[in-house]
Amino acid sequence: MDKVVELKNVTMNYHTLDGETQAIKNLSLDIRKGEFVSIVGPSGCGKSTLLSLISGLIKPSSGEILVDNEPVTGPSPNVGYMPQRDHLFEWRTILKNTTIGLEIQNKMNRESLKNAERLLDEYGLGDFKNYYPKQLSGGMRQRAALIRTLAANPEILLLDEPFSALDYQTRLAISEEIWLIIKKEEKTAVLVTHDIAEAVSMSDRVIVLTQRPAEVKSEHNIDLTTGKCKTPINCREAPEFRVYFNKIWKELDVHV
Amino acid sequence: MSEEYAVPAVKYSMEHAEFIRKERMARNAVRISRIIILTAIFALWELAANLKWIDPFIMSQPSRVLKTIVSLSKDGSLFVHTGVTIYETIIGFLSGTILGTLIAIVLWWSDFTARVLDPYLVVLNALPKTALGPIILVWVGGTTGSIIVMALLLSIIVTILNIYQSFKDCDEDKIKLLKTFGATKTQILRKVVLPSSIPDMISTLKINVGLSLVGVIVGEFLVSKAGLGYLIIYGGQVFKMDLVMTSVIILGVAAALMYLTVAWIEKKFIKMR
Repeated sequence: MDKVVELKNVTMNYHTLDGETQAIKNLSLDIRKGEFVSIVGPSGCGKSTLLSLISGLIKPSSGEILVDNEPVTGPSPNVGYMPQRDHLFEWRTILKNTTIGLEIQNKMNRESLKNAERLLDEYGLGDFKNYYPKQLSGGMRQRAALIRTLAANPEILLLDEPFSALDYQTRLAISEEIWLIIKKEEKTAVLVTHDIAEAVSMSDRVIVLTQRPAEVKSEHNIDLTTGKCKTPINCREAPEFRVYFNKIWKELDVHV
Repeated sequence: MSEEYAVPAVKYSMEHAEFIRKERMARNAVRISRIIILTAIFALWELAANLKWIDPFIMSQPSRVLKTIVSLSKDGSLFVHTGVTIYETIIGFLSGTILGTLIAIVLWWSDFTARVLDPYLVVLNALPKTALGPIILVWVGGTTGSIIVMALLLSIIVTILNIYQSFKDCDEDKIKLLKTFGATKTQILRKVVLPSSIPDMISTLKINVGLSLVGVIVGEFLVSKAGLGYLIIYGGQVFKMDLVMTSVIILGVAAALMYLTVAWIEKKFIKMR
């Protein structure tokens, strides 16, 4: 399969007047087209830094990052980023929120607007497109945030703990929905999370990072046997689910 | 559409009706008390002057104030002076707010400029601007211009500091989100920093109404041509305390009306969102 994201020996240092922190050390990984990859690691290990690097917001201290075989020099329209909280702009309607990326990339036209409306209609927000964010529930807002990312039509989605601000029930339901949307729109996805169950249930592959400075500790190809469609909630019922969960849990080596 | 957004059927329990009734009574009690205080002050003032507890020539009295209002209304000078003061205040605080916002944008744009200018802004903020009155009078001249510059000076520094702080408080993650779409600095300013600062801008407007009015009155004291400030200083000099008291009361009403207007705009705006 084609590699859409490649990190080669990436090192990232943060500098402050107090000193220097190594966030990522000599890290290499590939993401293939159409894959759903989760990155898990101890808190504060540099998972979010990794996404900032791929999205081109920051430059690595050394090493190389390729998206579609091209070195990353800055934010690219091929990469969409979904933050931890929905960050919908409360002064814009849902429709206007979902088209903000198009406005910024000067891609607002009848076709792209129609596509944004199609996404809203298709994923149950059609009736709410003229509502303001505060009128929507947490799960709906998160869906609107995903549509905002999808409306700019990126190939790769970077999900930075997108469910962490939601309560547990909403979280299960919305991760199922978002997984379905991503699969239906045929996007490649990289999910950063500290929730092992979420990672195992949603992904084709789970990458475990070490403590800071982050390196790849291990990789797991997730192969679950479910009689039904392999959606996250069905996957949680697979007999192997617990095995993967325990393995990754041990590798994270959490000491409280 | 889900049910939670539908308006609930209006059918209150007895308990709820009781709650509403108590809430209304408490609110009315506050309102009535306010009116009683105001009436009592004016009644006591009138009474004290009539019974010669105080000298009405020095302290004036409500009936004399009323007479002054009537006579000033007859020749129209009341409206001219009040109008001049309100006009100067509006020009002062609008220009103070707009210029202050523009300077705040410059500071937000260039962190270097902001860091260089920081101590100057702090000192200018601490300096009582009214001390600059005589300088402005000499530089700009004894015209309306001086008064407006005075009003502008009083409000601009606070505006710069407040709005710049509001720009800096804009959610970093929202800015980051726009950056991932490849936003330029101008786009970040227009799409997120300015719109998210609008509530702070309106509250600055509220502060500026009061500050500009101080500037205008001080300006009118110095320029002494027209306006309520001029009436106050003139009344003081010729010992017409009725005129001074009348002007002060009208000034209070004008200030309250201007403040309420801005508060009303704010309410409209918040509703619009």
